[in-house]
Amino acid sequence: MTRELVCITCPMGCHLKVDGVEGGSLNVTGNRCQRGAAYAREELLAPKRTVTATCRVKGAVAPDEGVGGSTRFPPRRVPCRSLAPFPREEVPKLLQAIYNLEVALPVRSGQVLIADALGTGIDVIATRSVS
Amino acid sequence: MKELDFDAVVIGGGAAGMAAALELDARGKTVAVVEREESLGGILMQCIHNGFGLIEFDQELSGPEFAERFEKRVAESRIAAFCRTTVIEIDVAGELKTLICASAEVGVLRLRSRAVVLAMGCRERNRGNVRIPGSRPAGIYTAGLAQRLVNIEGYIPGKDIVVIGSGDIGLIMARRMSWVGCAVHAVVEILPYPSGITRNIVQCLHDFDIPLHLAHLTTKIYGKSRVEGVEITPIENGALRSEKAFDIPCDTVLLSVGLVPENELSRKAGVEINPMTSGASVDSTMMTSVPGVFACGNVLHVHDLVDYVVEESRRAGAFAANWLEGRRPKAEIRVKAGSNVRYVNPGRVEPGRENKLYLRSLVVKNDALLEAKLNNRVVRSSKKSHVQPSEMMTLVLGPSELDVAGALADPIIEISIL
Repeated sequence: MTRELVCITCPMGCHLKVDGVEGGSLNVTGNRCQRGAAYAREELLAPKRTVTATCRVKGAVAPDEGVGGSTRFPPRRVPCRSLAPFPREEVPKLLQAIYNLEVALPVRSGQVLIADALGTGIDVIATRSVS
Repeated sequence: MKELDFDAVVIGGGAAGMAAALELDARGKTVAVVEREESLGGILMQCIHNGFGLIEFDQELSGPEFAERFEKRVAESRIAAFCRTTVIEIDVAGELKTLICASAEVGVLRLRSRAVVLAMGCRERNRGNVRIPGSRPAGIYTAGLAQRLVNIEGYIPGKDIVVIGSGDIGLIMARRMSWVGCAVHAVVEILPYPSGITRNIVQCLHDFDIPLHLAHLTTKIYGKSRVEGVEITPIENGALRSEKAFDIPCDTVLLSVGLVPENELSRKAGVEINPMTSGASVDSTMMTSVPGVFACGNVLHVHDLVDYVVEESRRAGAFAANWLEGRRPKAEIRVKAGSNVRYVNPGRVEPGRENKLYLRSLVVKNDALLEAKLNNRVVRSSKKSHVQPSEMMTLVLGPSELDVAGALADPIIEISIL
């Protein structure tokens, strides 16, 4: 079966046609440079995505529960991301693990929130310092 | 009432404002930054996705990480940052400009300075700007507002989403809403091609099987107290085909229909606005029509990369420092947007040095030629493998292209895409 892909390595957006996905020996056409073939191989055989999300702050109150003043600071969510692109089929599981977290303040940017997520060797780090 | 004096005051503490202020500080000027939010960082703080910093830091960072690196530099500098402070008015009448501000801490605050840098960023176009008919139920948000609710405040604004407009913020929000458990039923784009970059089409739509309806207009929003759906009508050969219209049920509509520089303060201060960019018209030193008032970042023209914003803003800061030291350009050449070019910024260049220009294409094209002509003579021609309106282009013109202009009576540089 021929698979069709748009290459995202650069803005040219080459339309790639790939044969032989089932057998594992890919034949890529339509690419204007070698990066297109490499992209097609990874995207079809082992697609990866950088995951960004937010997790809960321990003890955060909803704005309407606060007493006057600013409702936006300190933030009620801490942003985080996977330190490297993550296997795509595992992304929903990783998101669930992030949503189950409750991070105690203070937190600093770069702090590891989940080490070796789902046994992939990839850490999830906080991307904002909140004190 | 508190009154303070500085060499320069920067309005806006986002990426542009921080970069401009750091440059002024490095040049030994006293600088204040005025920011209306609780902390510096601007829109970057809600852009928790990655893709920032490839040029500036040679790494892919999220928005808050990018902002924090600049915040740290600001904290280590002598810059006075006034957060939770809104500029109400810029008075440019006297030798010293006066910013009248409302501060959460000290009430009315007057900041006086010789130079002012405008770095207020841009804001989203909304439903009124695109005139979508229908009632006015709850559940209609701009994509950036929804982004703030989800990423900072921790609210999910609905469950069944339709995104109108295929700009990058809309695409990124389609992925975000999918990742937080919503169903995104469609992205609707009036143009026959997507406004966002291909990478986002693939990773934000294809990954989630979200249909992209190109050349479709949203012709109705249904619902009385809450959004119940939208009516979508195809456009064929420039005409609406009402008989082919269809409905998509949803409870939330996100609008990603463009950004406009936020120039109310600038207009009130008499700064001349370029209708092509909705930002100030600036000279070769990024100075507006009001002497001593400079502009940079998204308030000058909407950028697609924060890396370009900081690069441009650093230059604006350096030019403001030059101006404070009494340096003025000796001569200037006007820059004109030629064929297939929407605009070029800044609108003037100075011979005798390198000038960095930013421009936007009007067309999508492979194997294009970017050409600069000085009074009809080609002085520069470079190949571009791909151009499109959503990707800003840069061009550097230096002494080798510009110094012949001295002999011409009325020199003008015209930049075209062929």
